Amino acid sequence: MLKVKVNDIDIEVEEGLTVLQACEIAGAEIPRFCYHEKLSIAGNCRMCLVEIEKSRKPVASCAMPVTEGMNIKTNTKLVEKARKGVMEFLLANHPLDCPVCDQGGECDLQDQSMFYGIDKSRFKENKRFVPEKYMGPLIKTQMTRCIHCTRCVRFATEVAGVPEIGAIGRGEDMQITTYLEKAMESELSANVIDLCPVGALTSKPYVFEARPWELKKTETIDVMDAVGSNIRVDTYGWEVKRILPKINEDINEEWISDKTRYACDGLKYQRLDVPYVKKENNFNKISWTEALKILKNKINSTNPEKIAGLTGDLTNMETLFACKELFQKVLKSKDLESREKNIYINLNSRKNYLFNSEIKGIEKSDLILLIGTNPRYEATMLNARIRKSFLKNNTEIYSLGDLGDLTYPYKVLSNSTEEVKKIIENNSDISKKIKNAKYPLIIFGESALTLNSSKYMFEGFKKFLNENNKINAEWNSLNIIHSNASTVGSFDLDIVSKTNDTLEKIYNNFFELIFLIGRDNFSFTKKNEFIVYIGSHGDKGAEMADLILPGAAFTEQDGYFTNLEGKLQMAFKASYPPGEAKEDWVIINEIFKLVHNDILFKDKNELVSAMHNYLSFSKKNELSNLFKEEYTSEKIFTLPIDYYHSNVIARSSKTMNECRNIRTKLKKTGTEG
Amino acid sequence: MSLKKVSKEQPDKFEFSDENLDLAKKVVSNYPTGKKKSAVMALLYLAQKQNNNWIPLAAMKYIAKYLEISYINVYEVATFYSMYNLAPVGKYFIQICTTTPCMIRGAYKLVDVCKKNISEKENELSGNKICSWTEVECLGACISAPMAQINDDYYEDLNTKQFESIVKDILKDKKPKAGSYRGRVSSEPEKNRQTLLETKNA
Repeated sequence: MLKVKVNDIDIEVEEGLTVLQACEIAGAEIPRFCYHEKLSIAGNCRMCLVEIEKSRKPVASCAMPVTEGMNIKTNTKLVEKARKGVMEFLLANHPLDCPVCDQGGECDLQDQSMFYGIDKSRFKENKRFVPEKYMGPLIKTQMTRCIHCTRCVRFATEVAGVPEIGAIGRGEDMQITTYLEKAMESELSANVIDLCPVGALTSKPYVFEARPWELKKTETIDVMDAVGSNIRVDTYGWEVKRILPKINEDINEEWISDKTRYACDGLKYQRLDVPYVKKENNFNKISWTEALKILKNKINSTNPEKIAGLTGDLTNMETLFACKELFQKVLKSKDLESREKNIYINLNSRKNYLFNSEIKGIEKSDLILLIGTNPRYEATMLNARIRKSFLKNNTEIYSLGDLGDLTYPYKVLSNSTEEVKKIIENNSDISKKIKNAKYPLIIFGESALTLNSSKYMFEGFKKFLNENNKINAEWNSLNIIHSNASTVGSFDLDIVSKTNDTLEKIYNNFFELIFLIGRDNFSFTKKNEFIVYIGSHGDKGAEMADLILPGAAFTEQDGYFTNLEGKLQMAFKASYPPGEAKEDWVIINEIFKLVHNDILFKDKNELVSAMHNYLSFSKKNELSNLFKEEYTSEKIFTLPIDYYHSNVIARSSKTMNECRNIRTKLKKTGTEG
Repeated sequence: MSLKKVSKEQPDKFEFSDENLDLAKKVVSNYPTGKKKSAVMALLYLAQKQNNNWIPLAAMKYIAKYLEISYINVYEVATFYSMYNLAPVGKYFIQICTTTPCMIRGAYKLVDVCKKNISEKENELSGNKICSWTEVECLGACISAPMAQINDDYYEDLNTKQFESIVKDILKDKKPKAGSYRGRVSSEPEKNRQTLLETKNA
């Protein structure tokens, strides 16, 4: 510990901190533009100047390490004068077009010029003009406003792992640009908008939409993937205007993926606002009473054995639990399924289907083995952590099969089950490496769990890791990446078919009445089934439905989600469902009432407490016994994910469509020279 | 000086010649293992030499792949330094020094000669695409001002007439004699002078 003085306050700080961090600990706020906790230090904006005793000139505090006995002053005349000087230089070429700038109201330069700015300009020369740069469909540029902090350059190189942004030219002619003005090929690209301290990089889909002070802010969580990134939803009336990251060091740090940020315009389009019924291949609007009447007749006339339900990828846990109760108590059907594919899952213990090492645990890992998963598209934020771990520990990363660019180097092993067999039978170099590693990470993807030998691989690995003490109280190295937000919640609530054949029976047209509760990633050849779709968007599920009951999206209802690490988080209501649409659990409750003449849950609180009660029970589920533990030699293909089109909200979003078109076009023409 | 513009006409391919490949290997071996990206400037210079005094984008990509760094890293370096040309400059590239000593001794008269004979604007190829000219900062030959650099050679102690004949030779693809045009050897004083005492207004 080092003893230093900040503004005559004695503090003790750890070795290796910078003066700026020491000042922060002492409670003295330092203005800054280029410094950012999560990025490397550049020290080029000079806004963080402080006075240090025995130093003749003011010192850039962000780049100066603390030493013993430093006497730092941040509130002297000299410091203020120095900062004013820096600010004057920064503003010399800044256009001062705040009234037409989207950053207005949340701009670092604007805020800090309130303290250090001068009301008049002494700069009589012509201001510099920089042409706009194309950076893809998400980032709007106005490079005349740029103050060359290089945060975006550092973010792209360090965090995103796509070194495509750079500073070209020099002196007054320095410009920030992507290589030859191509779109940034990263799923984290839009984070540079948050990083930009001025209005040089702003959000293209959100351009001139609203001012920050007009928006209602709701802190909630994201459902675009199973990571459960913490976000802030900004709404103006009903409309979700934008989504920003909320800091959560354990999950998403302070970044979010482009899909999380920009799929929100999908909440405006293709919405179901009234119930529909299909007559002669046309959808006709009907009222709720009529719709429920049709449904009641259908339920009463159908044998319970012939009723099935499929829950969706964005369904919250309250709805899932209500569905479970509905199927158990009223419909008396056992065929309620949440899995999209017949993946192997062992529900005997939560540890069998979670990302046990936790996302923050990735950072200390020293060996990572990917089995049938592409984390870049399945869990973008998790992939950013793997990259961070690679940069920090130089982690060795192996993958079964070539996955293309993952933003970090990895070694490719053969993508066959034989490779796994070799590892768990101790016949491979990798087995030795796993044994020697202190914190190894074995990551299974859903693609690997769909194979015939999935049980053999998963249970075999579990045994192998247990034998070598890699699964213990401190560290559990067995992990699964799920790709949907509701998957872990569904498993926690045991929403899997007990006989493991619901999906097969649906494909064989066994059922007469099928409920699709927000299930859209699903298709089969329909015969005589009557399909009821409960959900928010008119997409694949609604298309094949005979009766549509309009539900709410994740921003329009309070609901729990469990992320892939098993963290229970709540998504809060930021907006309300459109038209006559209702919250999902209310619809389920009404169906219950319809058949049973009694309500299932008095109110939401009763539902939530019943659900928590259910979750706290330790359960035993024999599902895994239905899978054969057999070894077959087969290839492990990581099934490609249509990243920008993976769920209903993203599919309805214009921005996501644009991103997808650009990405596919890039692939066709080829970016390599 | 403004930001250098990248030429619109770009060759599709660039590869080091065998000779330059050997040189490149030698340059890279000067740096410790894992630090070979430090060789970027030397390699850009080699590429410029090989490709008629300018660096096409294909060469930048080639160097980026050769050194295993990203394209933008090479592009940043190439745009930063003024001695890398990113557009064709012709077989003869004339650089006229216009910093103070040369300016006082009449550098702008040389510029006028270029404007008249080669092209109206800087960095523009002559009619027969054989040469171009540009103004540069001090080339370190103030003792023999005014002067111009043509490719690797210095042409010193020039006057308008001499420079005009040099330019005309060049336009005919003839390489004129380099060095002082007042018959001096290196930067020796004229007429074996030891001091300036006998010269009035020196």
